[in-house]
Amino acid sequence: MQILTANRLLDGEAVWLGPDRLWHETIAAAEVAHDAAAAARLEETGRAALAASHVVDVALVDVELVDGRPWPKRLRERIRAAGPTTRTDLGKQARPATARAA
Amino acid sequence: MYRYDEFDHAFVAARVAEFRDQAERRLAGEITEEQFKPLRLMNGVYLQLHAYMLRIAVPYGTLSSRQMRMLAHIARTYDKGYGHFTTRQNIQFNWPALADIPAILADLAAVEMHAIQTSGNCIRNVTADHFAGAAADEVADPRPYAEILRQWSTVHPEFSYLPRKFKIAVTAAERDRAAIQVHDIGLHLKKDADGRLGFAVYVGGGQGRTPMIAKKIRDFLPEADLLSYVTAIMRVYNLNGRRDNKFKARIKILVHETGAQAFAAAVEQEFAALGDGALRLPEEDVAAIAAYFAPPALAPRPEGDAALAAARAADPGFAAWLRRNVHQHRHPDYASLTISLKGIGEAPGDASDVQMDAVADLAEAYAGDEIRVSHEQNLILPHVARADLKAVYDRLVAIGLATANAGLVTDMIACPGLDYCALANARSIPVAQEIAGRFADQARQEEIGDLKIKISGCINACGHHHVGHIGILGVEKKGSELYQITLGGSADEATSIGEIVGRGFGPQEIAGAVETIVETYLGHRTGREESFLAAYRRLGPGPFKEALYGDHAKAA
Ligand code: SF4
Repeated sequence: MQILTANRLLDGEAVWLGPDRLWHETIAAAEVAHDAAAAARLEETGRAALAASHVVDVALVDVELVDGRPWPKRLRERIRAAGPTTRTDLGKQARPATARAA
Repeated sequence: MYRYDEFDHAFVAARVAEFRDQAERRLAGEITEEQFKPLRLMNGVYLQLHAYMLRIAVPYGTLSSRQMRMLAHIARTYDKGYGHFTTRQNIQFNWPALADIPAILADLAAVEMHAIQTSGNCIRNVTADHFAGAAADEVADPRPYAEILRQWSTVHPEFSYLPRKFKIAVTAAERDRAAIQVHDIGLHLKKDADGRLGFAVYVGGGQGRTPMIAKKIRDFLPEADLLSYVTAIMRVYNLNGRRDNKFKARIKILVHETGAQAFAAAVEQEFAALGDGALRLPEEDVAAIAAYFAPPALAPRPEGDAALAAARAADPGFAAWLRRNVHQHRHPDYASLTISLKGIGEAPGDASDVQMDAVADLAEAYAGDEIRVSHEQNLILPHVARADLKAVYDRLVAIGLATANAGLVTDMIACPGLDYCALANARSIPVAQEIAGRFADQARQEEIGDLKIKISGCINACGHHHVGHIGILGVEKKGSELYQITLGGSADEATSIGEIVGRGFGPQEIAGAVETIVETYLGHRTGREESFLAAYRRLGPGPFKEALYGDHAKAA
């Protein structure tokens, strides 16, 4: 299973592509691709968003589902989804409804 | 310190305007990321895990109070209230929005700072001994030469697209506090038998994937030849460096593959071809630059020692701080002091806007308006009257910056690691914090004595792990963090690269492993006078392997 992530051009904020074709600041809003064809569709949207200069550093991320929500396999992506583990007062984790990475 | 002339001001202002235009065009979608990325990197703008990162040059680690206040202002206004001082004596901000960066650069320009050449395959910020201009043991202030190199290398047309990035460090004392032997070029300013100034020249040192100790290719280069000789080195490198393979592109690989002798011969040939031309440094020019670095007037303050003795007896915390954080100044009434950015539980090298402002105030009131950033990620007040040390200490206590641990086990270098860095494999800061927590007790730390732990979150080695007495390298193994330990590294005048001790440790085990190593040292040392490094050099890895891996030591 994969989701598509990027950083927003304006401020570098980590974002994920949702089923609504919009980029969201929380990983929970990401659309999960269950097969290669679905992942390819995500990537296509990502390429268009890159070309339109909305986002940069577009990449697919491997996830599993935990309580129905995407949970990245790599710590790196979990930290992107939450914020620095050493500064839990900063980043997404400091906002309501975003879990910490580690 | 050096002040911009008209040309410098105009140049930096033009670069700010240029970047503003580039950023606006990028945000309007008129240029692609592919086109923009090299442009932003030329101005120190990286993209990290959570946001952009702006790396600002602090030339040879020297700052005025006014400049430090501007950094505090930037932290408060555009960032999240703190900055990170790095092992390149620079500062990084972790959260700026791209749209704000032109304004940040304009603010920096107002205090004669910029972010030019803090990235890319060019000559980076020239670093220097953080006690330069103050240390009792130096032959002269090395910073004028660092400044000459900075001016010469800034947008140097021939050396702006090197095979790879290039780092130069300068020191002027036998005791190397600038790690010159792990730089692309290391310069040791010294005097010959006739008292003339010149440099021992080291080349091809570096860390990263392939750590190498620099080779000395000149024992004494007269100071007037500095730029022509460095130009000769750069030309040999620029021509022959491996542009085909990023991992082999640093000058250390070229020196290694060519052989130090053959490389030196090629440099000498190029140097001879350059002749006695325009690059020769006229004495007046060196003197003119050196004048910028004239120390503040150091009035006699002989009352210091009596006051210190009383304060020391009354306040054990102050006594510990005096033992650890005060360094000998060439003027007997003065001292250089280390403001530790390694408070127990803090992120090494981080300082808040409030702390930066307070340090600026202290420097203005007590230290001739000068602040240094050390490559060990601390701040330094180079010129403080000994009579004022207690007053400075009390004010440092008030802002949480009086940790008495300079050079001790909790004075660790740690890179940003996986908490921020896009290249990281593992976290560095939490490892440092946990180790610091275990060794927080002042008496225990002092009993252990001088010990340098250095932590990197990936093989790029920004945390200098190869030259840590205990080095810790974070790697990723099967999706988890794993920490590899090296022992016996050192970045002083007897530089050595640490040796891997055995299999790595998980995030829950690493601090315990470090504790085991330290206990092993304490158990084996001949006495307090035998430092960790000396003991390791005498004992070798055997006892440490045994303690870490027990019966499995031989298999490890
Ligand atoms: S050593 Fe690696 S993880 Fe640490 S700051 Fe450098 S590139 Fe990032």
